[in-house]
Parts: sequence; structure tokens; C-alpha cells
Amino acid sequence: MKNRVVITGMGVVAPNGVGIAQFTEALKNGASGISFHPQLKELNFSCQIGGTPTITDELQSNYFTQLQLRGFNSSGILYGCIAGIDAWKDAGFDMNPESQLDYDSGLIFGTGTSGVEKFREAIYKLDDGDVRRLGSTVVLQTMSSGISAYLSGMLGLGNQVTTNSSACTTGTEAVLMGYDRIAHGKAKRMLVGSCSDHGPYVWGGFDAMRVMTYKHNDEPEKGSRPMSARASGFVPGSGAGAMVLESLESATKRGATIYAEVLGGEINSGGQRQGGTLTAPNPEAVQRCITNALKNSSMSPDEIDAINGHLTATSKDTLEIENWTKALGRSGEDFPFINSTKSLIGHCLAAAGSIECIASVIQINEQFIAPSINCEDFHDDIKELISISKVPTQSLNYNVDVVAKASFGFGDVNACVLFKRFIP
Amino acid sequence: MKKEQLIAKLKPIIEPYVQDEEAFKNLSEDTDFVKDLQINSANLVDIILDIEDEFDIRLENEDMEQMLDVKSAMNIVTSKFKN
Repeated sequence: MKNRVVITGMGVVAPNGVGIAQFTEALKNGASGISFHPQLKELNFSCQIGGTPTITDELQSNYFTQLQLRGFNSSGILYGCIAGIDAWKDAGFDMNPESQLDYDSGLIFGTGTSGVEKFREAIYKLDDGDVRRLGSTVVLQTMSSGISAYLSGMLGLGNQVTTNSSACTTGTEAVLMGYDRIAHGKAKRMLVGSCSDHGPYVWGGFDAMRVMTYKHNDEPEKGSRPMSARASGFVPGSGAGAMVLESLESATKRGATIYAEVLGGEINSGGQRQGGTLTAPNPEAVQRCITNALKNSSMSPDEIDAINGHLTATSKDTLEIENWTKALGRSGEDFPFINSTKSLIGHCLAAAGSIECIASVIQINEQFIAPSINCEDFHDDIKELISISKVPTQSLNYNVDVVAKASFGFGDVNACVLFKRFIP
Repeated sequence: MKKEQLIAKLKPIIEPYVQDEEAFKNLSEDTDFVKDLQINSANLVDIILDIEDEFDIRLENEDMEQMLDVKSAMNIVTSKFKN
């Protein structure tokens, strides 16, 4: 018998809102967090727009000590710690350096790469033969598990503490890994999430692959166009999302606020076979991932009210929609509502899954479907698959019970999780 | 440089890393960085880099190994000046 798992805390650092309240407002208003980045222009990027959360020094000092900020230059860890601490406090716990070690609470916090700007600083010193002058801060900020090391120490977590990494699937995978751990009785609470650095050193490789759009540098907020006929690549983003997953038993005992239930899901890989490559998904594996996610959650396809898609605004959007229609056996007017949070915040890479899971849960908790912007010129091929009415471009009040959230990543990896309005 | 002057110069270098403020208030030659000031041992290398910058000297690995308290820090800095 598996334990039921619920969400009792959330935190988010997104390009269009820092903190759950701001982010919820931005979702309801369809507010874009995409702006022009002069630095990208100076560096001759094709795509010169992106999404970066606004963090003031004052806000930063609420989360980090002055000592922790000495030599600190890792935006992903910054975002991840803010989101993680917010989620932890939101669940009713505190951040206290003297707190008792909690062996029942753990942490799975993913990232793609950590502290690239810190790494760059270090490389310049190293190449000058000055390795002895790196100081003590390079390793902790550039190791992938830097974020979990920082957070677990701040919060005193004694269960599993680790970092997962599976490209743009990372955040959704972290949720499912944390879910498994609680469902199987290995932990009572897991802080799960993911984070991603901002800036040219993370985004450059994607620009070079020509997978980011270069057609909207003069109209940044119109740049991220999932499902649009004029979609021409993704807009890079950054940030972090975090949630506290907890066994229903523990949450009930504590009298915690419950935002939603995690029903389960599926993680798989297309193995770069049957059309799958390092960068393209194997459609059969994607469909299988969705189908198994439903099966593992004891849900039938007609129970899905809404989908928060991966939908990045590349040519793969149509394929993704096709995969959903096949996996669910639903199309046209019968298709669930679907939106892309990326239309508002861009593609936050390793942070995308966790921020978008937060967006999914907010829609359940507040009973609305967030708008998917910049798709007024709906793609013709997608029109063949689903009704345009299923993609709200304005916020829609709706009785949302079940949301399916999927993320797909380079390396042909997939994850799909199902969230449900909590009913005791 | 006189002892008092040297301590006065070392104090602001050490301060950001100190975890025990009380012990820092009573800082003397005998104060141990890790045991008394509760400085994270990983931060000792940062203190050494800050000392190098402040006094425009270079500290070798052997110097670093010895630099565990205020007295040894003073001795090492003074010896670098003599050289």
C-alpha cells in the first residue's frame, strides 16, 4: 500500500514573478517576464531576449548571510535557495541554523549545470597559473549538487539529499523522485525542485544550435510563441521552483495546508531510437510515458482537465500535441485545455519543469486556466489536431481537478506527473 | 609594525568569517581561528588570500599550514616583511 503524497509548501523564482503571490498574479494576467538583454547583443547572440527573475540585494540578504554572499556568483543556487526556503517556510517550517536535524525530511533539487559564471572566473585565474588564489568558494558553487548542499544545510535536512539532472526534464523528474520516496515510506517530507543559471554562458550553446528565436529582439514579450504559426525557436529563461511533498499522514497530523495531491506519474527515455535523437523525442516513448503516468495514477484520460505542456515554441510543438492526442485518445473539441507557461517566462531549461509544476498546482488551487500568450496565430498543423478553444489566451475560471504536466529533455528523456485537487 | 597595529589590521580581515562574535570581541594573540572564533576551516584559505592582498605578500603552502591562530598569523606576516 503506497502512501498518498500531497503538496504542503511552494516557492518560485520566475522571470515574471518572485514568490507564489506575484507569480500567481502574473499567470492570471498573462504577464510576460521576457525582456531585451543588451549583454546578449554585445556578445553577438542571434537571440537577444531572455527571462531573468528580479532579485534585489535586500531580498537576497533575507536568505543568505553576508559570509555566504562573499565571492558568491551562482545565479542558479541563488534562485534555488530562495524558492526552496520559501517552500519550506510555506509548509510551516522555519530556517534556523540551530534547528534539530530532521531525518524524515530530504531534498531532491535538480539543475543542469551550476555556477557557470563562477566557473568562468575560476578558469581565468587557473589559466593565469593562479590556482592557489581561487579561494574556498569555487567547488561548492560549481558542483552540480551545490544547490542541494546549500539548501540542506540551511534547513537541516537528514534524509536523502541529492541533485538530479536530466536536461529540461529535471524539475518534473525531481517531483516524481521525491514522490516515490514518500510513497514508499522512505521519507515523510521531500523538498523537491530545480534551478537554472541565467545568462550568456548557459544560453550560448543553444544560440549556436539555432534553437532560440532571433526574430523578436525588438518585441521581447512577443518572442516566446508556443503553438504559434510564427514560432521560430524558444526564448531562454532562468529561475527555480520548489515544493514540499509530504505524506498525507504527516500533513494531516501537522494540520498543514494542502495545495494539491500528487497522484504519481512516469519517467522514461526514448533511447534515441525510433525517431528519437539527442535532441528530438521518440514519439512512441513520449506516448508511453503519458499513458503509464495515467495508469500509475489510476486515472483515465477523460479525467484530465488540463495539460501544462512542455511546448517550447520550436517545430516540435506540433509533434508534442500529436503525442498527447494519441496517448489520451482525445482530440479536437474533446481535448483537455492546454497551455504553455513558457509563453510567459521562456524556457527556463533545468528549472522549467519545477516552475511549470508550480504553475500547474496554482491553477488547481485557484481554479483557473492560465492564458497561453502569443498564439493568436495558432499553428495550422495544430489546428488539425485540437480545437483552438482548448488553448485559452485569456485567463479562464474553470473547475480544474486534474492537471497533467509533462517535460521532455535533450537525451530523449521524458517525465509526466499528475496533480489533483485535494479531496480527503 | 607594532603588535597592536598588526592586530588592528588583521581584525577586519578576519571579521567576516567569524561565527562566534563574543570570542572575536576578546581577540588576542592566543585566539585560535577555528576553536575560538568557530571559523569554518574551509574559510582559512580565504583569510590567507585576504591577508596577501592587504599586506601585498605571498604566503606559501607551508605558511598556510601553520596559520591556525592570531599569533602564528602575526609571526608569518612579520617574517615576510623582514624578507
